[in-house]
Amino acid sequence: MKLTTTKRLERLHDRYANGDLSRRTFLTLTAAAAASAGLSMPWMGRALAAVQEVRFDGWGGTVQDAIDKFAFQPYTTKTKIKVVQGTFGDEDEIITKIKTAKPGDYQVIHSSGVNYYIKYVNAGLTSEINEANIPNMANVLQPMIEPFRKLTPKLSAIPYDYGTTGIAYNTKVISPEEAKEKGAALLLDKKYAGKVGGYSDMTTRVWYAALATGQDPNNLKDMDAIWAKVRETRDLAKKFWSSGAELMDLLSKGEIVVTDAWSGRVAALQDQGHPIGYLDPAGSYAWMEDMLILKGSPMAECEELINFMLDPATSIAVAEGQSYPPSLDPNKVKLTEKIEKLPAFDKTGTMKSLTFADPTYWATNEDAWTKQWNRISKGA
Amino acid sequence: MKRRWTLYDPRLAWMLVAPVLLLLIFFLVLPIAVMGAYTFFTFVTAGVETSALTTANWHEFLTDSYYHGFLLKTLRVGALTALLCGVLGYFPAYFIWATTFKHKWLLLLLLIVPFWISFTIRTFSWINILGEQGVINVALLKMGIINEPLPMLYNEGAVILGMLHFLLPYMILNVYVSLESIDRTLISAARSMGCTSAQAFREVTLPLSLPGLAAGLLLCFVLAAGSYVTPQLLGSGRDALFGNLIYDTIMGELNWPMGATLSIVLFVVLGFFAAVYTRYMGMSQIVKGLGG
Repeated sequence: MKLTTTKRLERLHDRYANGDLSRRTFLTLTAAAAASAGLSMPWMGRALAAVQEVRFDGWGGTVQDAIDKFAFQPYTTKTKIKVVQGTFGDEDEIITKIKTAKPGDYQVIHSSGVNYYIKYVNAGLTSEINEANIPNMANVLQPMIEPFRKLTPKLSAIPYDYGTTGIAYNTKVISPEEAKEKGAALLLDKKYAGKVGGYSDMTTRVWYAALATGQDPNNLKDMDAIWAKVRETRDLAKKFWSSGAELMDLLSKGEIVVTDAWSGRVAALQDQGHPIGYLDPAGSYAWMEDMLILKGSPMAECEELINFMLDPATSIAVAEGQSYPPSLDPNKVKLTEKIEKLPAFDKTGTMKSLTFADPTYWATNEDAWTKQWNRISKGA
Repeated sequence: MKRRWTLYDPRLAWMLVAPVLLLLIFFLVLPIAVMGAYTFFTFVTAGVETSALTTANWHEFLTDSYYHGFLLKTLRVGALTALLCGVLGYFPAYFIWATTFKHKWLLLLLLIVPFWISFTIRTFSWINILGEQGVINVALLKMGIINEPLPMLYNEGAVILGMLHFLLPYMILNVYVSLESIDRTLISAARSMGCTSAQAFREVTLPLSLPGLAAGLLLCFVLAAGSYVTPQLLGSGRDALFGNLIYDTIMGELNWPMGATLSIVLFVVLGFFAAVYTRYMGMSQIVKGLGG
């Protein structure tokens, strides 16, 4: 269902009644809407009525299943707007597809936070969200919004969830005590040579090499030492996985016994009864995800969808389903016990307990490091 | 005076060939030309390039031994896969051709049955066969033949096996078509002249089926060397082929100009091999092998 003219005018009136709009602006916009309706041609109505679906692309698997079940399906029931879904294993993959498509083919992306936000901005793929259309943004953690706003004062994405890439291990092989004692060093333990895994992603590899060499991941001083550690893990690794599904497959089938892993995917495995433990070592890589609206998208409908997704009831249900904490501020919204027990959950709402990548620092080095990582991963 | 149409009129030939020609121009020549142009574009940052012309991408390819190593490795793996396909594919093709089974069509149907299943799923199936908890390892462990699972997955052997699985039907069909074109009275004649079955095969059947084998080898080599999904799923990072470098450069680094350069390199190298091969083997032989 499209946003009807009546509904748009009702919203306008609500904003005027709430004091968000001046009387003059309200009258101007109403007059413009009236003129537009009076002057519209029959084909205009058909064109406006064309928006009956919104395109969404996400990470697939348990994460997208939860979003579909608890957000998209109720949204479609409520609005009759269908959410057409696609998936990707690696966000660079979807950026490539977006670049080759025409504006509007891809609309909402479940994106990997500020590091990727920069790529969309640089490639000129971002839109400008009208935040007034997303009143539920008021509940979103400000520390999550700020990094985006630093890059573009007019946002194109709204933070939706967050998590960590910690260490997952098979409890039949590695005891929780051993895991706690060794922490990130488990990835470099020769005892598990050939049974180690890892995310095939430059940021994760460099981050864990930084922890192994005692460097600050957001201010690396000795890159030679970093690449040496990356090679060390590569030589011990059986397989670097490239999607959440592959991670779960490798862990559940016992192909690997220790790997860096996404907290939510591990929680999903634990729910399924697999003997998998998880810990966040000191300085564990924290990340956030956002709902990004691309240029050329039907903005009103996309904003309405994101607002629906940010509704506390929806957001909590999705968070429980996908096992990643929501971007809702726990000081403003009462979250459930299940969410409070999720890995990476920050009860203070300040996000100070989590170490995020400094987007500017990493963006500066991204091209060269990605190239180097691609080479090392292939044996260089 | 208007010329009348004749049976072998060149205009008619052009009209008939025009649709295919247009398709080739728009869907093959033009995209390759665009890729060729892209090789001279300037990479700015991930996902951003400008049309400022540069030879930097070609310079990087020509001077960086990393790319040369992968190119040679790709050619080696492609050639090995094609040879294995030839050895393993000839016998089933010969069997299908020689059998007196009245429902021979059923055997040919079985050959194409794998194509009914997605290529990716067929490749993934090897993980359940070769993995540490795969059928082979579990069976051997339960029978007490081994104590530790055999490392059969995520290595070059698994990649070649996956490609064999994918390419064998192409080889078998090529050889079978070639065998079908052999005049069987020639074999009878050889036998009546005193040849044993083995001699008749060696002196008559095998030489006459070589065009099909040659065409199959070329096809398997080109497809194996251009492969990237199989190494991605069944190999480790070290087992990557040139196609994987292209994928990583375009999809991972979002460096289209360099990715285009690598694509053109692979296209030219495989094209060169195909051209030399067909020249050496004789194009007519290849066509005969493909068409019967």
